[in-house]
Amino acid sequence: MIKEEFPIKKVCIICAKGAIEDVMAALVMGNGAVMEGIETKLFFTFFGLDAITKKQMKSLKTSTVGNPAMRMPGGLPFPSILGMLPGVELGVSAMMKSEMAKLDIPPVDEFLDMITAGGGEVYACKLAMDMFKLKKEDLWDGVSGVLTVGEFYEKSGGLQTQIIFV
Amino acid sequence: MAQKVFAGVTVDVNDEGYFTNPSQWSKEIAAEIAKEENLILTDKHYEVLNFIRDRYAKGDALTIRSVGNSGIIDIKGFYGLFPGAPMKKAAKVAGIPKPASCV
Repeated sequence: MIKEEFPIKKVCIICAKGAIEDVMAALVMGNGAVMEGIETKLFFTFFGLDAITKKQMKSLKTSTVGNPAMRMPGGLPFPSILGMLPGVELGVSAMMKSEMAKLDIPPVDEFLDMITAGGGEVYACKLAMDMFKLKKEDLWDGVSGVLTVGEFYEKSGGLQTQIIFV
Repeated sequence: MAQKVFAGVTVDVNDEGYFTNPSQWSKEIAAEIAKEENLILTDKHYEVLNFIRDRYAKGDALTIRSVGNSGIIDIKGFYGLFPGAPMKKAAKVAGIPKPASCV
């Protein structure tokens, strides 16, 4: 039985990584919060910006090197050296996406649409935008704004707020 | 197992108020549960409720995306019909168990 004395009222989720599984983790947490009626703000920074950049958001990938949890279908080990071969990363990423689609997990752009349709807000980090030479018009149209870290904390106020870092 | 009376009918519910036996549901009962959730049901609500009851009966996963793709309503409209936590509220009013899906 969950204690409901102090239910979460607001979550602010920071996504700093651009691999499909990291972005999906942030989006599942965000959408899940919106579905619970929790005020939700998603903040994308560093490589996480790919998830809300028009040019990149539809082609996120999963890394096939340096991931000790990566295994072949069936559970056999997946040597990192295989992941370096041309096309392997694309193939693995396509497989990840098809497995997620089977569970009715939408693609990134549709997921963001679902979150904003429910009242969730999506923001980009100003510093990382400057670093990657991105402009507001490079971003997905549903982005509410570009924030400094100070503005992010201003938006994160409230006693029953949680900040989640992905 | 708890019981509750809606529209003069005794139904089985769990401790959170979700039905444990969806066959005990009726339109009249739905209207009474909706009152507890501060909702007044329209035809659109009933269309959505029937859709999710059908899906539940078939054993299909109940996701917010599936409601959005139902052709009955888009996701924004669904949030409008059942404000706050639409999937949970709709499941409660539709007389089915609490949805177990994460999306």
